[in-house]
Amino acid sequence: MTAKPQRTPALPPERVPLHARIGHFFYLIYAGVMTVLGWLAEPIQRLIGAARMPYFFVLPNLLIFGLFVLFPMLLNIYYSFTGGNNLFPQDRPFVGGQNYQQIFNCANLFDPATCREDRFWRGFYNTAFFVVFQVGGMVVLAMLTAVVLNRSIWGRSFFRSVFFYPVLLSPVVVALIWKWILQRDGLLNALLVSLGMERIVFFLNANWAVFWVIFISIWAQMGFYTLILLAGLQSIPRDMYEAADMDGANRWQSFRGITLPLLMPTLLVVLVLSVIRAVQVFDQVWVLTGGGPGTATVYVVQYIYETAFANQTRQFGMASAASVVLGIVLLVLTLIQLRAGRQSDIA
Amino acid sequence: MLRIRYVTLTTLLLIFALVLTACTTVPAAPAPAAPADAAATEAPAAEAPAPEGVTELRITWYNDGNEGEVLRDLLDRFEADNPDIKVIIDTVDYASGIQQTLPIQLEAGEGPDMARVTQLGIVAKYMLDLRPYLSNPEYWEANFGPFLKWMQAEPGGNAIPGFMTQLTVTGPFINRTLFEQAGVAVPSDSSDQVTWQEWADAARQVAEATGTFAMAMDRSGHRLAGPAVSMGAKYFNDEGYPALVGDQGFKDMAQLMVDWHADGTMVPEVWIGSAGSYQAAAPYFINGQLVFYMAGSWQVGNFNTNIGDAFDWEAVPNPCGPAACTGMPGGAALVAINTTKHPEAVARVMEYLTSEEVMNEFYARTLFIPGHLGLAEKGVDFQAELPQTMKSLSVFSAEVGKLAPLAYDLQAYPFNTILFNANRDRLTQVFTGELTLDEAIQRMQEDIDAGIAGAQ
Repeated sequence: MTAKPQRTPALPPERVPLHARIGHFFYLIYAGVMTVLGWLAEPIQRLIGAARMPYFFVLPNLLIFGLFVLFPMLLNIYYSFTGGNNLFPQDRPFVGGQNYQQIFNCANLFDPATCREDRFWRGFYNTAFFVVFQVGGMVVLAMLTAVVLNRSIWGRSFFRSVFFYPVLLSPVVVALIWKWILQRDGLLNALLVSLGMERIVFFLNANWAVFWVIFISIWAQMGFYTLILLAGLQSIPRDMYEAADMDGANRWQSFRGITLPLLMPTLLVVLVLSVIRAVQVFDQVWVLTGGGPGTATVYVVQYIYETAFANQTRQFGMASAASVVLGIVLLVLTLIQLRAGRQSDIA
Repeated sequence: MLRIRYVTLTTLLLIFALVLTACTTVPAAPAPAAPADAAATEAPAAEAPAPEGVTELRITWYNDGNEGEVLRDLLDRFEADNPDIKVIIDTVDYASGIQQTLPIQLEAGEGPDMARVTQLGIVAKYMLDLRPYLSNPEYWEANFGPFLKWMQAEPGGNAIPGFMTQLTVTGPFINRTLFEQAGVAVPSDSSDQVTWQEWADAARQVAEATGTFAMAMDRSGHRLAGPAVSMGAKYFNDEGYPALVGDQGFKDMAQLMVDWHADGTMVPEVWIGSAGSYQAAAPYFINGQLVFYMAGSWQVGNFNTNIGDAFDWEAVPNPCGPAACTGMPGGAALVAINTTKHPEAVARVMEYLTSEEVMNEFYARTLFIPGHLGLAEKGVDFQAELPQTMKSLSVFSAEVGKLAPLAYDLQAYPFNTILFNANRDRLTQVFTGELTLDEAIQRMQEDIDAGIAGAQ
């Protein structure tokens, strides 16, 4: 009697989890693209040699950079030496340094009223004031917020989201929201009146307008820099604080002796980014105050925009010259910051 | 592992196939063969007139009231009768779209086929002379002749670039209901010639009694020009070049504006609250917050729609100064743009829109003062029932005949926008204390000189 062969029960089909399938799908795409690139790159590598291959890989980005950044920048410099109101470079007469001469035509450089291009200098000094107070205020507040959010407090994740939320909003939306709050019949005035106080027309008073422009800008951008500083704080090893604690250092001493020096590279990045962004201030203020009252909140970029595009005689040359001056100032500021950062690293 | 290689290969093949498909030139579909017996009686397919495609035209347009809606309605009828032409209206904001963006588009050669513009002198060099494409240029000369002068790129030119969608006259509106509530008599009820100061005094009394704003003027040098001419402003020197330094009439009006902003007579948000752009004060008037509003005839349709009979509003004759009681003429024109690829189609649209019947309907429904001489003479039967609207239209129609000659000269001056914008922006700096009035006038002159030098 032959024994009946026993059938082994069929194994259930292997279940592949969804995330593994998605991962597999993307891997396939990646593998496909890499294979195609390999086909393309191999003959080129044979042709130019392995040492030059990095240049081949940065070439596409370099082309885009050249086309959309470098070329317009050079064109802008060329425009700053031309006059008239024609748009195309070939139609514009070369005027040498006339536009720069007009910008710097001042009896007293520190008094815009004595300058021929007084609106440029008003914008310039308004921008300088804005940069000092907006960047200064924002970095201090972002730092404080980051330090607080770095501690294990209740609802830490919630507060991180709350401070970051305004960063997600468009500058125009931010400006419109605050305009509704601050205008004559806005929310804040309704509150003041309901408390028996006088109505304040914030955007008709130069000091109030400047204050709100800076405040709103800090409110809108602080979350981004807080996040960067928070990442910097979290990278500082805990044991350093524990060691300082054992040595009897108080919190302020720990902050000054450990946190600040170790956070300096991050702080430098925050400073450079925020200064560049502050100098470029335009859209939010344009919607909020239009540059008013008078020229109290006219900044250099608004001057450039109006000179080139909003005035009836489009002075592209003058606007380009102003933007070159602004670019040079920004470059100098950035170099100073980087140098200061390098010196603090050495120290 | 084998399976992964198989899927990789398949994916690669798929990508390769997609690339090939994308790069392949699609051959033109072969023309259907003509039936053999048709060859003798019909022209060969290649020589037959190609079926005409639909020509698409674009108009850059802005609205003060319901004119865009009326234009669309009229063009729908045109398109029904002319299926080969489709007209798209791109409605934009007046300040940012028409004043700022459109000139850049025109300079770059990227303009629309037609545009509704107000700065006729500045834009004239981009306009297309429709004369060669029009079936009856004499009709245009007879009915739009005086206004065509405003659209010439060269002095003494005879181009026909377009037509006036409206003729405008600047002038004030009042909220009569507020006067009644305050128990203050409306000055123009008892006098034909009320001065600016008398209006300001009356408006202040009403504002104090009703808790509203006394006066507002659109933030525009054009709006300021009528009152300034009334106060005796000359604007030009003997050579016809703008000269504001030493122009006492202009300075007097500017001083009044400074005083009215200092003492709170004027709504401060309109001029002080913004920098570098046009600003209308119509929302304050529509909301019943304003006693006296210096604007112009183009607002009649807007107020007819948005105020209706919510309160008694009306236009009043232009206030007087020592020299005149004038406003400023002006208007908007629909013009053909010289970069259009379809000048014949543009001319067909223009001829349709300027036909007397269509123009009559357009003016009647939009409540615009006609810029068509034939219709102005015959009179337009405006489609409005409100007595406020009808009275305002009749006041502005009467104002046309009272405009000072200098007001027409100023409107016809090709660089008037440079002059008006310098007035507007520099005067605002006086209101905020950044400049004295004398400094501001000096700055205006410098801005005008630089602007004109750059534009020539």
